[in-house]
Amino acid sequence: MESEEGHLKIEEKLALNKYDQDSEAHITVSKEICTACDQKPCIYACPAECFAFREEHLSFAHEGCLECGSCRIICPKGAIQWAYPRGGFGICYQYG
Amino acid sequence: MERFDAIVVGGGPAGCASAYVMAKAGLNVLLFERGKFAGAKNMWGGAFFGPQLNELIPEFWKEAPVERFVTRHVLSFMAENGSTSLDFKSTRFCAAPYNGFILLRAKFDGWMAQKVEQAGAIVAAGMRVDDLLFQEGRVSGVKVGDEEFPSDIVILADGVNSLLAKKAGLRSDFLPEDMKQGVKEVIELPRETIEQRFNLVNDEGAAIEFVGTCTRGLPGGGFLYTNKNSLSLGLVIELGSLVKSKLKASDLLEEFKHHPDISRLIEGGRTVEYSAHLIPCSGLAMMPKLATGGALVTGDAAALLLGTGLILEGANFAIASGMAAAQTALEAKEKNDFSAGSLSRYEQLLKESFVLQDLNTFRGAPAFLKNRRIYELYPELAFEIFEAIFQSDGMPRKGTLQVVKEIIKRRTSMISIVSDLWKARKAI
Repeated sequence: MESEEGHLKIEEKLALNKYDQDSEAHITVSKEICTACDQKPCIYACPAECFAFREEHLSFAHEGCLECGSCRIICPKGAIQWAYPRGGFGICYQYG
Repeated sequence: MERFDAIVVGGGPAGCASAYVMAKAGLNVLLFERGKFAGAKNMWGGAFFGPQLNELIPEFWKEAPVERFVTRHVLSFMAENGSTSLDFKSTRFCAAPYNGFILLRAKFDGWMAQKVEQAGAIVAAGMRVDDLLFQEGRVSGVKVGDEEFPSDIVILADGVNSLLAKKAGLRSDFLPEDMKQGVKEVIELPRETIEQRFNLVNDEGAAIEFVGTCTRGLPGGGFLYTNKNSLSLGLVIELGSLVKSKLKASDLLEEFKHHPDISRLIEGGRTVEYSAHLIPCSGLAMMPKLATGGALVTGDAAALLLGTGLILEGANFAIASGMAAAQTALEAKEKNDFSAGSLSRYEQLLKESFVLQDLNTFRGAPAFLKNRRIYELYPELAFEIFEAIFQSDGMPRKGTLQVVKEIIKRRTSMISIVSDLWKARKAI
């Protein structure tokens, strides 16, 4: 499970968590605003690294979201439509 | 549609405490929790102080899923090449009524919600409240999907991101500079290994706080709590600074795990969960309006959290605010007056309790704790001083004071240290 040097990669960590995935994304981002954004603070703010900048485009995957709300308050451009997942869906901590 | 006396949004400590008090007093209470069960969405570092919960549920530790009692507090200043720690143990903290309790939220919140049900309230889990109902400018209930649930009062205990408090006109969004991001791993280890490594017996537990390189000098710190069969290890970092420095909490947590002080404590452990949460840390400066017609806001949603640098206390404040909100609701019910004026009693009750008194006593702490020297300089300074004192290099020794003076002169100035100490005296 562990990668080299005993470092756990974020996707390995998120794979340990229990989620009840909703097919419908609770967070949506505006591709146009994000691609034009010169700061992209979301990349650093998201503890689950749901935001990534690849080939000049921002990609966002809601599946690993921990619902902390960091991206919601860090985005200076109003590019993020943020809601909690529907009742019962999303992260389901077993320890917390 | 059944009308409820009170609707509580959120099954954390604040929501459960308020629902419990109101239901026990005979009110018809409905509590909504968006998680599959209460606790499913919640995480914390791991420890809290017990007096308030003991008032709500006397001797709660006999039935609550307590992992361990905090009998050992360690404050560790982490430097690049080592650390300097203060290690406090109390035999008095091992006996009832104890002092600090280490708990895991998925179990603890679930237990609290069970108490709420036993008190006679309805707990509706897996239900996300989407909106508030308004009547004559006052909050008059909640909406879940298309379904409306009217009530005399709504207690907002929906956590730090409280979208509903915003809809009620009580607050605006919290700013990244006022927030800390907490990230944590729960790492499983055998019980005996934990007790040996942390010098504990039976149900004793350790709460260890770290300041310094673990946050790369950013405002915040690290924490390690001993559960029964696992460790809660994590970081708390000011969100604004984190992003400005282009650092990720997830990377810093990996770095922290590989610091020699930590790696030997978690060795052989298996990570079983990774979690994150925001913490409102600017105290009174960010506290929203607490009451409006038909609604009150409690706990993290109201930024009722105390951070003094030595302690970060949220759950205790959440429970106290939940209880005060419940008392306000009961008095309002008596008068049948749920207007903003009547509900302003809530703030008065919080002023009479430790909640707003502590936040007032430590009102200077949040600004003081933004001083980067606390995280960048002082842990290194302590390390260098003690290293010089303990080291033998074959040369004639200098007096201890001389050593301290020389190191301070090299790294900073006496004046700035005195100035920081002066500020600390006032702030914490």
